[in-house]
Amino acid sequence: MFRELDMQQDANSEAGPSNCSFDRRSFLKCAVASGAALGISGVAHPATGVSPASVQQVQDDARFVVEARFYQKLQNLKIKCKLCPRECTVGDKERGYCGVRENRGGSYYSLVHSRVCAAHVDPIEKKPLFHYLPGTVAFSLATAGCNVNCKFCQNWDISQSRPEQIPAEYAPPQRIAALARQYNCPTIAYTYSEPVIFSEFLMDTADAGHEAGVRSIVVSNGYIQEEALRAAYGKMDAVKIDLKSFSESYYKQVVTGQLKPVLDTLVNLRKMGKWTEIVYLVVPTLNDSESEFRGLAQWIKTNLGTDVPVHFTQFHPQYLMKNLPITPVPTLERAKAIADDEGLHYVYIGNVPGHPAQNTYCPKCKKLLVERVGFTASNMLIKNSACPYCQHPIPGVWHV
Amino acid sequence: MNKTHSAGRRDFLKNAVAGAALLGSLAGRGLASAAEQGQIPAKSRVVVARDPQLRGTGSSVDSSRMFALLDRAMQALCGCDRPIEAWKKLVRPGDQIGLKVNALGGRGISTNLQLVEAICERLQLAGIKPGDIVVWDRDTAELEHAGFHVAEGGNRVHCFGTDRVDYEQDLVAWGSVGSRLSRILTQRTNVLINVPVLKDHDGAGVTIGMKNMYGVIHNPNKYHPNGCNPYIADLNMLPEIRTRLRLTICDATTVQYEGGPAFKPEHSWRHNGLIVSQDPVALDYTGWQIVERKRAENGLKTLEAEDRAPRYIATAADAEHRLGTCDPRAIAAVEV
Repeated sequence: MFRELDMQQDANSEAGPSNCSFDRRSFLKCAVASGAALGISGVAHPATGVSPASVQQVQDDARFVVEARFYQKLQNLKIKCKLCPRECTVGDKERGYCGVRENRGGSYYSLVHSRVCAAHVDPIEKKPLFHYLPGTVAFSLATAGCNVNCKFCQNWDISQSRPEQIPAEYAPPQRIAALARQYNCPTIAYTYSEPVIFSEFLMDTADAGHEAGVRSIVVSNGYIQEEALRAAYGKMDAVKIDLKSFSESYYKQVVTGQLKPVLDTLVNLRKMGKWTEIVYLVVPTLNDSESEFRGLAQWIKTNLGTDVPVHFTQFHPQYLMKNLPITPVPTLERAKAIADDEGLHYVYIGNVPGHPAQNTYCPKCKKLLVERVGFTASNMLIKNSACPYCQHPIPGVWHV
Repeated sequence: MNKTHSAGRRDFLKNAVAGAALLGSLAGRGLASAAEQGQIPAKSRVVVARDPQLRGTGSSVDSSRMFALLDRAMQALCGCDRPIEAWKKLVRPGDQIGLKVNALGGRGISTNLQLVEAICERLQLAGIKPGDIVVWDRDTAELEHAGFHVAEGGNRVHCFGTDRVDYEQDLVAWGSVGSRLSRILTQRTNVLINVPVLKDHDGAGVTIGMKNMYGVIHNPNKYHPNGCNPYIADLNMLPEIRTRLRLTICDATTVQYEGGPAFKPEHSWRHNGLIVSQDPVALDYTGWQIVERKRAENGLKTLEAEDRAPRYIATAADAEHRLGTCDPRAIAAVEV
């Protein structure tokens, strides 16, 4: 009954308990159902029966507005946003590229604090995080907005919209933490759209969660400035970064962003000691060359080490990129083979249900350690963070 | 005496005078059909109409003088002796007309209410039912804040924002732009009359007619990088916009030459004018030159010198877009 909302790596999976169709109407119906089930009523859309007037009433609520934490005041009532590398200079009454931050009289405000437009209980494998509390569920949430504009975005209907265009519910941090506990979720996941742009809400919710004994994880594009990264993602217990390509031109043309800051984020997360996994969505003809796969694997090995899990996931035509086919499985297998060859220990293939590369194997004795069916860890053999057969240490956080 | 001329950029408009010969040449072309077919006349006519006494001795625009100013502009554009003849060349009974105003600047620099009232009156004079006219922008509250009276339903002129009806569910795309369009545009209109304001814009250089289409889509924030170029041009290429756009009437009663797009009274002046054209590119080019002249008068750098020249105007005119012309030699500037 829950909406599949994570970015491409989760798209169109046929397995798992939370499968539903992906068209916009179905999403909204799913959102209503799950929102109601979670006690977050009112997450709805005019098409589902909530009148535009009632939506407008909710959207006018000043409770969503808090002053942004990362910006610099300039002359003539302008500001410079210091949240992401884009560094938008924003005039009075204007918004930044993300569409969720607004200059009001020379001060900059987030419009999405506690403004939850999607909330669901997801398997943590769906993020995907394979080496972090496998078999558990995460209380997953999003607000509207994003600081890039990927042409393949699966969730463009929320990520590429302004908050007032999306039905949302007031869900303050303490409420989120309480719901996570109520639904036996050891983690809160900030996901679906781009958590960078709701950093203030993320930080406050992480604090509330930790006070309630609930951890926080984030699914992000990593397009964030270092100061904001350390302040916001410093509160996270695990991070999944979408490394969308290993070329600047792809980032410019397909993502509307830059590669270098994302690589810097990955290095900084490592320095911060955050458990990090990487997803690389393989888009046919655009980022699937052998040289790019090899360059990526070599960079990871050099800068992050060989134990970082890397997920090569299957692209499905979406949004503004419907002219390309689904990634052939042999392409994903070629990417994995190259990364394996370069010495990475945990290379997965995603969005291909039933593929053996969804499982975790011991890099030393090669035996199966975690078997996954869909988004479920059906067999988890790791004990004391080590292979039960050869005692080789297996990096990750395996138990609550 | 009226005559047409081709002007260099420097003296463009400065020497412009009304051109009877050109008026005559356009009069027989059938403006509505030309626009419907996406044709741009060999020389794009841009009418700049001004009335120094538009506000009398007060600060508010005098309604009767606005009617006269609009009539003068439309007659000059269409080469007609009477305003109703001009409007009948552009619209026909049964058309559903959308007046896309700009209400972002509050009461300071939003589309003038008297201008909108005059347009609505003249449309009705041309046979358009009041219920077939909708005055709109993206947000109802912003319209109200700008002084518009919100009205929905019945046989009266409608006025509300896209927030009341939402955007289309499906995306439309052209070039760098992929957006959801206002249902007001797609479901309530077959003719679009763009009624923007003329003002400086910190990113785009100037915001006039073509940029006013940002208020038609759900995600304008995505299209401000790089001085909105090529986004503005690409957006105006969307068939849903391009095939509907019949006319642009730019409100230049109050113009802002610096510090935009938010209203800065210290950088605004009462120009008391209108700019009217069927060529959206030529109109934007003309408005840009007006802003540049005022900047020079006030000792400010050119927008080019500030690295924010509105390059999107040239993009809109290039071979890929062909939305109009920004070549001053191909623009027939008419001052009335």
